[in-house]
Amino acid sequence: MALSRQHELHRRRFSRNLGLGIVLVGFVALIFGLTMVKVSTDEFTMPLEDRFDPRETN
Amino acid sequence: MSDASIETNATPINLSASNPQDAGFSDFFALLKPRVMTLVVFTAFIGLVAAPGGLHPLLSFSAVLFIAVGGGASGALNMWWDADIDAVMNRTRKRPIPAGKITRDEAFGFGMTLAAFSIVMMALFTNLVAAGLLAFTIFFYIVIYTIWLKRWTPQNIVIGGAAGAFPPMIGWAAVTGDVALESILMFALIFMWTPPHFWALALFTRTDYDVADVPMLTVTHGRKATRAHIAVYTALLAALAVALGLTSVGGPLYLAGAIVLNAHFLKGAIEIWRRDETDAEADSYKTEKTFFRASLFYLFAHFGLIGLETALAPFGLGGW
Repeated sequence: MALSRQHELHRRRFSRNLGLGIVLVGFVALIFGLTMVKVSTDEFTMPLEDRFDPRETN
Repeated sequence: MSDASIETNATPINLSASNPQDAGFSDFFALLKPRVMTLVVFTAFIGLVAAPGGLHPLLSFSAVLFIAVGGGASGALNMWWDADIDAVMNRTRKRPIPAGKITRDEAFGFGMTLAAFSIVMMALFTNLVAAGLLAFTIFFYIVIYTIWLKRWTPQNIVIGGAAGAFPPMIGWAAVTGDVALESILMFALIFMWTPPHFWALALFTRTDYDVADVPMLTVTHGRKATRAHIAVYTALLAALAVALGLTSVGGPLYLAGAIVLNAHFLKGAIEIWRRDETDAEADSYKTEKTFFRASLFYLFAHFGLIGLETALAPFGLGGW
C-alpha cells in the first residue's frame, strides 16, 4: 500500500540522493575544466603514437 | 496505520527507530569534521598562494579541494576508530556514529574511498610530491595519531598535531613540487600551536577525557604541569611565528602583526600558568576559555597576514 505522508526517512534519503547528485555533477564539471586547463598549457603534447598522421589515411 | 510504520503483507516495519542505513547527506558531511576543514582549507590556500610561481586558478581551487577532501577523509576514519570514546564524551556524543545515524563500517568505507580519491586526484592534477605529502598526512593522522598514540601517550596532541600542520606544506608543494624553509616554518607554526590550543581545551573540559580514559596531559601529569606546558610551548611558538616573518613569505606587516599577536598570546599563557585550580573553578575557567578562543583567532590571523603580504606584493607593498 502507498504511504500517504512522507516519512522523515524519505526526507533523509532524498537529501542524501540530492547531495550525491550535486557532488557528481560538480565532479564531472571539475574534471572537464581541469582537462581543458591541462590540454591548453604549452607543456601539453600528445604521445607520439597517438598523433594523427594524414599519410596513414592515404 | 501510524505515520511511523509501513504495513506489508508480512509484518509491520517500524520506521520510528533510528536506521543507520538511511543517514542524510548532512550526516555524511558531518563525518568530514567541517569545522576542522575550515582550518585545513584556509592554511592550504595560504601555503599555495604564498608559494613562488603560480598555478592556473582552477588547478589551485582543485588542489585546495583535494586537500580538504583528504582532511575530511581523515576525519571520517578518525570517527570510525574512535566511535567508542566519542560515545562517552559530551563534546562528541552527537557525532553521526555514536548518534546511530551511520555505522562504523559505512564511515570506514566512506573515509577510505575519499582518501584514495583525494590522493589520486592530487597526483593527476598537481604533482607526486603534493600527493605523497597528502597520503602521508592521512596515514599519520589515522595510524600514528588516532590508532597508536592517542590512547597511549600524553604526548598524543604534540605528535598528532603534525597531521594538522601539513596542509600549507601540501599547498606549497602543489605549486613548486618541492619542500622549502618557508613551508617547513608554516608547518612548524601549526605544529607548535596545536598543543597549547588543545591543552587549554582539556583544562576546561576536564571530565570528558577522564571518562574516555584518553591519556591527556591533564590526566597523566596533572593540571599544574599542563599549565606549565602551555606556557613553554607558547614561548617556543612565539619565536617560530616571528621567525617566519623574516622569510620570503613574511614582511613588515606580518612581522608587526606577529609581534602584537604573540605578545598577547604569551600574556594569556602566562596567566594560565600562574593560576591554580581554585582560581579557575571560581570563574568557571574564564582565562582558559578566553585563551582557547584567542588561539583560533591567532592562527587565522597569522596565515591571514601571510596572505595579505602575498596579495600586496604585486603593488610593491608586501614582502621584504
